[in-house]
Amino acid sequence: MKTIILRAASNYMLPLLLVFSVFILLRGHYLPGGGFVGGLVAAMAFVLHAFANKLETTKKLFRMHPGFLMPFGLTLALLSGLMPMIIEESSFLTAMWLSEALPAIGAVGTTLFFDIGVYLVVVGVTLTIIFTISESS
Amino acid sequence: MNENIIFYPILVQMAFAILLMFLWMRVEWQKWVSIIGSVLNLVVASSLFAIILREGTTSVQAGGWEAPFGISFVADALGVTMVLLTAIVGLAVSIYSGVSVNRARLKFGYFPILHLLLLGLNGAFLTGDIFNLYVWFEIIIISSFVLLTIGGEKAQLEGAVKYFTLNFLASMIFLTAIAVLYGLTGSLNMADLVAKMAAVENRTLVQVNALLFLIGFGIKSALFPLYFWLPASYHTAPSAVAAIFGGLLTKVGVYAIIRMFTLIFEVDSLIQIVLLSTAVLTFFSGAIGSLVQNNIRKIFSYLIICHIGYMIAGVGMMTQVALAGAIFYLIHDIVVKTNLFLMTGLIYKMKGTHSMRKLGDLYAEYPLLSLLFAIPLFSLVGIPPLSGFWPKLSLIEAGFDTESYWIIGAILFSSLLTLYIVVKFWSEVFWKPGEQLPNIKHFRYFRKLKKRHKWRLVAPVVFLSLISLYIGFGAESVMELSNRISDELMDPQHYIEAVLPST
Repeated sequence: MKTIILRAASNYMLPLLLVFSVFILLRGHYLPGGGFVGGLVAAMAFVLHAFANKLETTKKLFRMHPGFLMPFGLTLALLSGLMPMIIEESSFLTAMWLSEALPAIGAVGTTLFFDIGVYLVVVGVTLTIIFTISESS
Repeated sequence: MNENIIFYPILVQMAFAILLMFLWMRVEWQKWVSIIGSVLNLVVASSLFAIILREGTTSVQAGGWEAPFGISFVADALGVTMVLLTAIVGLAVSIYSGVSVNRARLKFGYFPILHLLLLGLNGAFLTGDIFNLYVWFEIIIISSFVLLTIGGEKAQLEGAVKYFTLNFLASMIFLTAIAVLYGLTGSLNMADLVAKMAAVENRTLVQVNALLFLIGFGIKSALFPLYFWLPASYHTAPSAVAAIFGGLLTKVGVYAIIRMFTLIFEVDSLIQIVLLSTAVLTFFSGAIGSLVQNNIRKIFSYLIICHIGYMIAGVGMMTQVALAGAIFYLIHDIVVKTNLFLMTGLIYKMKGTHSMRKLGDLYAEYPLLSLLFAIPLFSLVGIPPLSGFWPKLSLIEAGFDTESYWIIGAILFSSLLTLYIVVKFWSEVFWKPGEQLPNIKHFRYFRKLKKRHKWRLVAPVVFLSLISLYIGFGAESVMELSNRISDELMDPQHYIEAVLPST
């Protein structure tokens, strides 16, 4: 789609939507939201950008193939599960929390890192699928 | 003891799957990393096996949420035996894949997916929560679908569509059954379900629910009317993939049936007649299907179906001896079936064809390897003292105990059919003077391979044959293990106490 309005808008929408996706990610612990939804919103931001501009332009925003976000996300999720096993010898995936809540973000624990891992995997998977489909068509 | 050790087989596979994803572009490295991962997994699995056998059933609650609210992982003798077998088969297949699977497939992430499949298998054998079991089944089905389609040949895609449709249907039925189960009892923890299921008053609904589970797992383990996806798809995949599918995937279904019908559901007269008659029909449809095939991989695909019947017959009779026979058969069958598919891959590498009519002369050309191939083939038939003989003995004994003589007849007849198929296979492929086969250009024939590559193809077959021989000649220790597993299954009190210590 080559409408100038959409292209101009998409350039502003991309950072806005990315910030919004991080907001959803952080909101997720007690309220609706979380890594999965946040990741989908972030992926949609890039898809919108790819619609308005060309797929090549969107791809240039990534230094490497978005598929490589998958192993990074999985590592983060795995490590957040391993942390309580190593540090306090409790069960795999037990939540560990900082004793005091951080300003603006709120309480931070291993679950947040797990959620960030999910976020990265979802972005990676969704973009890999969509980029592959739009390349082959 | 630190209970977290139960997670180790799952974590090792997960860590290596991630590591292999990081090495996406470096196919040569992936081969070695995969072997290292499988060796490490074997070490972890065998130490878990040793510890659990010494200390008895142990459980751990993921995330520290108490059962029955959180997700329990339980390591009992059956679970850790399956995890150990998965590790053995995984090691053999990961050594074999490095040479046999072609580069085009390896480039699309064959090894990470292989380890994700093993991750799913390990998880399914260790979980103590029925919904979690569903999730592991999904991981297994998704990664097996990728392994089946990777390479994108036309025949592969056709097989994969059938495979995926029917397995997906099975998952849906499984999920429906879980929903009914949860509606009846309000719990998904297997140990908690034992008491809650027994207290349900509406027994008809329980029976319907049991049948739903049986249909779901029956599709996955290729039972009589529901097996068509298996011979339609297994022969299309690369032989390394077919080996791990043939060895383990159908057996997960059998494992789940054993779990469900020893813990949660009773084998009452209706279920018993259903299980036993399906077992008998599975024998015959598998064996007769196998008789008329010409493609050597299809022959073994049908034999997988045929031999699933033995385990189901064991579950159907539901005595201590019958269950021990079924468990022994499960142990024997996983090793032998994997080995047979690796063997067909080697035969293909030697001759360039899967057609039994065209093959021949293998004994004249490769006498030593032919003798090696004789081990899995004759173990499969169960010529004493090889490994297939002992579980059949237990099953027949159980048949006399329960006075189900028709089962004995069916077991003996299907053994005879298996013997006939194997003898036919042996005389056609190994002894018959073969046709002059056309030389395929750019095909990596076995004789043209470098010596170390040859070894990497043969070593897994030797490894699995040695294990088969051990199961046959060291039958006493395997029988002891099977008896112990069967005792534990018949009396689930230990399982319940391990998960819910308060009761």
